[in-house]
Amino acid sequence: MTSIPTPIKPWKATKRERLIDVSIFILALLSSYLFVAATEMKGKLALFVVFFGAYMLFTASFKGFQLGSAAAKDALVNSLVAFGAIVTVIPIASILFTVVQKGLPGISLNLFISDMSMATPTDPLANGGLLHAITGTLALVTLALIMSVPIGILTALYLTEIRGRFTSPIRFLVQAMSGVPSIVAGLFILSAILYPITKSFSGFMGALALTILMIPTIARTSEEVLNLIPNDLREAGVALGGTQWRTVAMIVLPAAKSGLITAVILGVARIAGETAPLLLLTGGGDKVNPNAFNGPLGSLPYYIWKSFNAGSPEAITRAWAGLLVLVGLVLILFTAARYLGSKKSSK
Amino acid sequence: MDAGVRPSSLADVAAAKVKSPGNASLGTGLETRGVHAWFGKHHVLSDINLNFGAGTVTALIGPSGCGKSTFIRTINRMHEFIPGAAMAGQVLLDGKDVYQPGTDVTKIRLQIGMVFQKPNPFPSMSIGENVLSGLKLSQTKVSHKDELLEECLVRAGLWNEVKDRLSAHGGSLSGGQQQRLCIARALAVSPQVLLMDEPCSALDPGSTLRIEDTIRELSETMTIVIVTHNMQQAARVSDYTAFFLSDGGPGQMIEYAATSEIFSRPVDQRTENYVTGRFG
Repeated sequence: MTSIPTPIKPWKATKRERLIDVSIFILALLSSYLFVAATEMKGKLALFVVFFGAYMLFTASFKGFQLGSAAAKDALVNSLVAFGAIVTVIPIASILFTVVQKGLPGISLNLFISDMSMATPTDPLANGGLLHAITGTLALVTLALIMSVPIGILTALYLTEIRGRFTSPIRFLVQAMSGVPSIVAGLFILSAILYPITKSFSGFMGALALTILMIPTIARTSEEVLNLIPNDLREAGVALGGTQWRTVAMIVLPAAKSGLITAVILGVARIAGETAPLLLLTGGGDKVNPNAFNGPLGSLPYYIWKSFNAGSPEAITRAWAGLLVLVGLVLILFTAARYLGSKKSSK
Repeated sequence: MDAGVRPSSLADVAAAKVKSPGNASLGTGLETRGVHAWFGKHHVLSDINLNFGAGTVTALIGPSGCGKSTFIRTINRMHEFIPGAAMAGQVLLDGKDVYQPGTDVTKIRLQIGMVFQKPNPFPSMSIGENVLSGLKLSQTKVSHKDELLEECLVRAGLWNEVKDRLSAHGGSLSGGQQQRLCIARALAVSPQVLLMDEPCSALDPGSTLRIEDTIRELSETMTIVIVTHNMQQAARVSDYTAFFLSDGGPGQMIEYAATSEIFSRPVDQRTENYVTGRFG
């Protein structure tokens, strides 16, 4: 009988190496703490920067001393990359933390079942809620999705599948459009449609402006995704007697599905918190409005803006609660889209 | 390998196999007249005149870059998908030019099927859906879908391996199985002609032999044109062989004859050099 050796992972750090790493970390932490305490530099930011410098210095010199210059460079670059990652995550984590911390006190059941028609932002928190804003934002996002998803994906199909004479001007315009500030989109709808034609605020006007902002995001991302679909598949579809349209609909789009869903998610992310066009166009009602095409429509960004403007402690708590609900709503939308996208393709 | 022995042994292989007789019910076959092809200003294929009899297997051999693949892509009008592509000449299917204005291109591609070099099953479809995808793509109605599915997979030599998992992903098959799936997919629309562009170049010897068996069986009911870099394969599966070569300029057809002739008594010195492995 041959004895089976115990599986080991020789490429992993040994206990001793890990102990050294931890000691360097603690050493760096201690010395940076002492340094900050002893000198004029004060505060968390200074501690973080000094700690990082010390850690880089210690780990690089120790590794360099022990294993040579390549190891020193490796340690240096490793800690630089880690620094970059931490610097990226800190603001996001900090924002989420602040939103949750300040928003939670304002969250109550009342928030989800009543609107602000009988209350003002400065009222006690027990009065009124943001049902009108939640339904309004959902209506705006839905309307913008209905308009921008077909247009955005068809634009991407024109750019990748049809490749007609206008491909490069259209690609250029789409790229230029993705840089349009949201206030410009709002003013455009205001002056081109609201003032001359409808002459009244409505959710639909806001959704039109959001559509303008959403189309370039969806079109560009979809284009990238469709470009990744191998040409083999298109040729195979056409060689089987499919027209170009049927090949695209049956083969290219299903193959790109999860990427297209990402494109739509990015589009929603682009518009969910847009405030400027909504201030100009929706009229920002305080009452649940079941008709997005007529009359002022509330929305979460509008509600947040209005509450912060009111300034009283109650109003500011309301605003934070609104922010928390907005962040939660966007997260729910993302998760739902991801789930729907993965469910069918893993069949 | 001894180059002196190989041609005769290949010729033996070619002569030993039973030739499928031309089948009158298969139509009058496929003919190309004076086919040229360009990519932009680059002339890649010059004056190809070939007659593919109904129910025969024709192998196209020749070194890389001599225009074999371009040539078969002109036959089912896939050539035009490459930007800058141009062509001249006629491709006659049952006496009708496939490039005639007003021809329904999708119908042409239904009649002239194609199997590609790299297996390319549709990733969003199951094995069964892949086989029947051609019907859906071309909006062809079929009454006995299950029978057709089984028949195509049997003819492609894949039925026994996949019959219990027809709803599994096409991508879950091995490379050889995927290629046979692509052959089954091409068979489902019952083409008159089947073009195969190096169908075995990415496969192991076992899968290659299975596909060659499949080709022999298919030639009972359809005309087959196969591009191959494998001399033994050409000798084993084809009735006729055409040798293509490019001497720096556009690719040309150097010699066309029965496969046993090409491998035993090639007329042109360049053909002999190529089939004996002295160059190319």
